Amino acid sequence: MQNVINEMNINFFSRSYNEAFARAVVSAFVAQLDPTIDELADIKTAVSEAVTNCIVHGYKNGIGKIYITSKIFSNGKILIKIKDKGCGIDNVEQAMEPLFTTGGSERSGLGFAVMQSFMDKIKVNSKLGKGTTVTLEKFIIRRQVGNE
Amino acid sequence: MGVSISCKNNVVTACIDGDIDHHTAKDIREKVDSYIVRTSPKLLILDFKEVQFMDTSGIGLIMGRFKYMKSVNGKMKVENIPKRLERMMKLSGIGKLGII
Repeated sequence: MQNVINEMNINFFSRSYNEAFARAVVSAFVAQLDPTIDELADIKTAVSEAVTNCIVHGYKNGIGKIYITSKIFSNGKILIKIKDKGCGIDNVEQAMEPLFTTGGSERSGLGFAVMQSFMDKIKVNSKLGKGTTVTLEKFIIRRQVGNE
Repeated sequence: MGVSISCKNNVVTACIDGDIDHHTAKDIREKVDSYIVRTSPKLLILDFKEVQFMDTSGIGLIMGRFKYMKSVNGKMKVENIPKRLERMMKLSGIGKLGII
C-alpha cells in the first residue's frame, strides 16, 4: 500500500466555464510531481472530458455540484476522482464505447476513449438517479523527490 | 481567445485561438456557422495554429462543420495542427475524412 503524500478537494457548480477552471486546478496540483508537458496535457484533457460529461450528461437538466478529489501517492501515482450527483448512466459499458453519444451531433462520443487512452487506468461507477464517479489514475515518472 | 474569421475568393478561414472545450466550442461554432451560412464559401479552413488545448469538443467542432460543408457541397480542411494535438486527432480517426 502506497502512502498518500498530498491530497486536494474542490467542488464547483456545473457551469461550462468551470471546465477550464477544473483542468487548471488539477494541473497545478499535479505540477509538484514535475510531470512532462505531455503528461500534464494528458491529465488536463482527461479531466476536461470527465467534467464535461458531468455538465452535459449528469446535470443535463440544470446546475449541480461537481466534486474533484485528487491524491498523490509516494510511488508517483496520481489519482483523480470526479463526481457528480446527477442523473447517472443507464448502461456504463455502452456509454464507454467509442463514438457512442447521447449528446447530439456536436459531441464526438470519444470522451471515455480519450480518458482510457490518455490515462493509465479509469473506473466508472454510476447509479441511475444518484450520480456518477469517474476515477482516473496515472503514474508520473519522478525525476526529483520533493519534501515528502 | 476565440476565433477570427476572414473570407477571400470563396474561401473562409477561421483562425481559432486558445482552448477548445465544450464551453468555448459553443461560441466558436456559432461565429463560424453564422459566417459560412452568410457567405456560402466553397471551402472552409479551420486554422488550428493558435490552439493551445483541445478536448474531444474540438473533434465535435470539426465533425459538425465537416458535415455542414458536405451538405452544401463545399469542402473543409483543418490546417496547422500543433504537434501536441496530434494524438487526439489520430485517436478520433478524422484523418480518414481527408480533411487534415
